[in-house]
Amino acid sequence: MDPIISFRGVKKAFGPKVVYEDATLDIYPGETLTIIGGSGTGKSVLLKMLIGLLRADAGSIVAFGQDVTKLREEQFLPVRKRVAMLFQSGALFDSLTVAQNIKYPLREHKWGTEAQMDQRVEEVLEMVGMPNAQSLKPAQLSGGMRKRLGLARAIAMAPEVILYDEPTTGLDPINIRRINGMILSLQERLNITSIVVTHDMDTVFTVSNRVAMLYERRIAFAGTTEEIRQSPHSYIQEFIAGGKGALEPDKPEL
Amino acid sequence: MSQLRLLLPEIGRVAILSVQVARAFVRPPIEWRPLIYQIDHAGMRSWSITVLTAIFTGMVMALQFATGLEPYGASMYTGKLVALGIVRELGPVLTALLVGGRVGSGFAAELGSMAVTEQVDAIRALGADPVKKLVAPRVLACIIAIPLLTMLADLIGCFGGMIITTREVGVTPRFFYQQILDTLWVEDLIHGLAKSVFFGYAIGIVGCYVGINTTGGTEGVGQATTRSVVATAVTLLISNFLLTQLFLAIYG
Repeated sequence: MDPIISFRGVKKAFGPKVVYEDATLDIYPGETLTIIGGSGTGKSVLLKMLIGLLRADAGSIVAFGQDVTKLREEQFLPVRKRVAMLFQSGALFDSLTVAQNIKYPLREHKWGTEAQMDQRVEEVLEMVGMPNAQSLKPAQLSGGMRKRLGLARAIAMAPEVILYDEPTTGLDPINIRRINGMILSLQERLNITSIVVTHDMDTVFTVSNRVAMLYERRIAFAGTTEEIRQSPHSYIQEFIAGGKGALEPDKPEL
Repeated sequence: MSQLRLLLPEIGRVAILSVQVARAFVRPPIEWRPLIYQIDHAGMRSWSITVLTAIFTGMVMALQFATGLEPYGASMYTGKLVALGIVRELGPVLTALLVGGRVGSGFAAELGSMAVTEQVDAIRALGADPVKKLVAPRVLACIIAIPLLTMLADLIGCFGGMIITTREVGVTPRFFYQQILDTLWVEDLIHGLAKSVFFGYAIGIVGCYVGINTTGGTEGVGQATTRSVVATAVTLLISNFLLTQLFLAIYG
């Protein structure tokens, strides 16, 4: 099977801080791939480069057979319709209600009549377990609900790929389980391909088909959850076990 | 020198943003609702600060000219000077400075908050254009509102001048009014309003530019807000000098 998205030799630096040196990674249709790695190593940069929110300095990123690193801002529209992103903070529009947040992409792309959009809002709110929340403002929602609303907005346009930027960070165990369940059910019911950036190992082992580990500015490992559990590399084992090595001196920063 | 090296790319990026805004104007559909909201929010709600600034400026100018011209027996011409000064310079400039401080910092804070909470990125990720959605309506609103406010300031400023001149110099309001009509030409009005159109653009574009490029969380928003006030004021003062030179070269 051909990959739906592939990163080849991607380089990215912010000023003097190099985030990626030679990152190469394939994502196959229908799978859920999680990217793990220490905080502040730029895991979400990979997601943002895919939909053009950030630009790679070198290398290629092919999505649906097209190298997106060559695209101009306005040419990203087809990619952004097919690839939705759930932002870490939810990135909800504070000034709009829940329903207006979900309708934002629908309106922008003239998805249908007002009644059809209302219908769609109801559907996606149902999917994320927030029925009847239409008229609330984001400020009235709990952290878990904000994440779910962000997800509802992301799936409104029925994307083929969803990018999750730390979907469970800062949530309570019940909400973590609920978000994990949603990632799984979106894959099962709608055959959506997902890339999940996280450092929550529960999420990794619950939702992933494959795992990629970012280490020292490249994708140091990519394989199934079983392979990663049996990996002989000490830094992978340390990471899985909860970053025990973090307090030891002379360790390169994860 | 190093400051200048940092400034030049910024000016370049503001120019690029300006082109993007211009493109958003000419490419339909124009988003009317946010535009009208911004004209009301940023422009019309600044009328009180405009009136206050204008009336006291007109009054203080009249006081100064009335006293200053007295030794030459020319204090009855106070009206001419007040009208010219207000319409050509102080009306547009003070309105822009005051309203710019209020509105520009508001844009920077609002868009800055959106930028640091990834809302600007989210607009792009959802396939929309933040320049069209956020920047264009604000810049256009300023381009429309600032000249309107300037006209208000011109009117109120002259009125303030009239109050003081009639009291201090003893001319009749009618005489004062006639003097204004004799002194002011359409060119003077155009001179002032053309400047205020540019000022409106400058206020909108600087506030929005600083706002959408905000990084660094809550602290960054605070810094962006402060930076926008200074940047707006500096832009206004320098561009006012250059524009005045230009207009004087044209009209003489």
